[in-house]
Amino acid sequence: MNEDDADRIDRNRRHFLTVATVVTGAVGVGLASIPFLASLRPSARAQALGAPVEVSIGSLEPGEMIRVLWRGRLVFILRRTEEMLSRLPQNLGELKDPNSEVTDQQPDYSANEYRSVKPEYLIVEGSCTHLGCAPLEDFEVRPSENWTGGFYCPCHGSKFDLAGRVYKGVPAPTNLRVPPHRFVRDDLILLGQDTGAA
Amino acid sequence: MARVEADVGKPQGKLMKWIDDRFPFTETMKYHITEYYASKNFNWLYVFGVLAFVVLVIQFVSGIFLTMNYKPAAADAFASVEYIMRDVEWGWLIRYMHSTGASFFFIVVYLHMFRAMMYGSYKKPRELIWIIGMMIFFVLMAEGFAGYLLPWGQMSYWGAQVIISLFGAIPGIGDALVEIIRGDYSISDITLNRFFALHVIVLPLALIGLVFVHIVALHEVGSSNPDGVEIKDHKGPDGIPLDGVAFHPYHTSKDLVAIIIFLILFSAVMFFAPDMGGYFLEHANFEPANLTATPEHIAPVWYFTPFYAILRAVPDKLWGFILFGSAVLLPVFLPWLDRARVRSIRYRGWIYKTALSIFAVTFIVLGWLGTQPAEEIYVLAARVFSVLYFAFFLLMPYYTTIDKTKPVPDRVVYHG
Repeated sequence: MNEDDADRIDRNRRHFLTVATVVTGAVGVGLASIPFLASLRPSARAQALGAPVEVSIGSLEPGEMIRVLWRGRLVFILRRTEEMLSRLPQNLGELKDPNSEVTDQQPDYSANEYRSVKPEYLIVEGSCTHLGCAPLEDFEVRPSENWTGGFYCPCHGSKFDLAGRVYKGVPAPTNLRVPPHRFVRDDLILLGQDTGAA
Repeated sequence: MARVEADVGKPQGKLMKWIDDRFPFTETMKYHITEYYASKNFNWLYVFGVLAFVVLVIQFVSGIFLTMNYKPAAADAFASVEYIMRDVEWGWLIRYMHSTGASFFFIVVYLHMFRAMMYGSYKKPRELIWIIGMMIFFVLMAEGFAGYLLPWGQMSYWGAQVIISLFGAIPGIGDALVEIIRGDYSISDITLNRFFALHVIVLPLALIGLVFVHIVALHEVGSSNPDGVEIKDHKGPDGIPLDGVAFHPYHTSKDLVAIIIFLILFSAVMFFAPDMGGYFLEHANFEPANLTATPEHIAPVWYFTPFYAILRAVPDKLWGFILFGSAVLLPVFLPWLDRARVRSIRYRGWIYKTALSIFAVTFIVLGWLGTQPAEEIYVLAARVFSVLYFAFFLLMPYYTTIDKTKPVPDRVVYHG
């Protein structure tokens, strides 16, 4: 090896080494970031606390609604009267998704005209599908405003009917979500789990 | 005269020499403070950079002392803030200093940005200063948002619910992203804990870094001025800009007056109206978070309301998010949207003057509309002003091209 060889810079080799080092380093950083990112997801405790909850509905009178929490989320359980149910078909033309065709918003067993397993019991998350405010109940019928009763979101004015179906022309994109649930008995609901449901 | 004095200086002491041989202390002080030359014709609008730094210090000091008594847990947070307010000696003062400081931070920063728009401070070669400044603004927004959750009041909880839900509008990854932000299926103790970490560690660190880079970039190209001329184009035989005076002691002594006036106003609010009629501290936040009921009327703190009004003006979730995001991001592109050949409003034509005035009014009106309930008339007005907001930016390449400008002088001039 003479002097010239020692001073000569092999640019190809240098380039290869630079690229190889950068790529290896980037892969390493990427892999090392996995534990950090994963630590941001719901922890085992959060998942345990998010387990299904039982709700007794034995004392719920027709026309009455209760609010319960499941996974820290508000859930409305409304026992609709026959008269309320009879109003459901009245405004179909003004609803965005009258037939519950957006599949993410309810389990299959609730994708019907009542959006419920048993027509009487409406079970929906009390979280506006726009930006998550809790809608207020407004069950009063006001024919002058073409309002057949339902829910109204105070934050941005979204409106839903008595089956949690969203009206057209409001910011909420979809119907109120029906959480997974099943009837353990006629007077007991299990919120958050639906395996074995009818 | 300034130039002569700056050259004289005390002879270097032995300790100073020892330090300077190991760390460029004197050199740095000269470069950034005693021999940093900024234009001599600064007006009062040029004090807001220094004032922003003053508020930053106030927030750091008051914030550090708040963490010594605050508990970042859902079960304790609200009570610990009450504890600070009632039982900690001078706790009320420290807490009100911090909450007042948050609002003043945005007042000062908005005026600082408006100054840049008036005098074209973002134009070449200061584009990077502007972009870094916008990044500071974004971090500040995140900082304000994370901090607002910490007292765990009604507005803390439901405000966070609304803003975090915004990210759920992103198609595909929205729901997963929201779950990672919250760390739970809803906003909970876990969310509060991580927002505390963001508020006291992550974002302040980012803020310090960005402020440092902002100033380094500024001192590299030099400060702009109300005439929008380059003072570096006319230097004396000593190499110092003829229209420049040293930052210290000349600008600092003038800034000191501004700081005193600022602190008087700051104290007036802090002592006599810390909630500022519900604008600086919203009344609903004096109730602890209630997961089952949204407050009747929900609005973010005033400094977010212009963008919130735009979000609310759109009757569609995804488009609301897109327009909200664009409204926040658009100012970043000002250096390229503005095609005028002059920087300062002094030498621009009537079109830009009108446009900027309309924009200032639009921003304030949107801010007010964002605090109002989501009723028909307000939503309609918000739509009109949202259009004006976007028109200001999107039509800028056109109207700044056709606007008739006046000739710019060589050197800075005094008006009246």
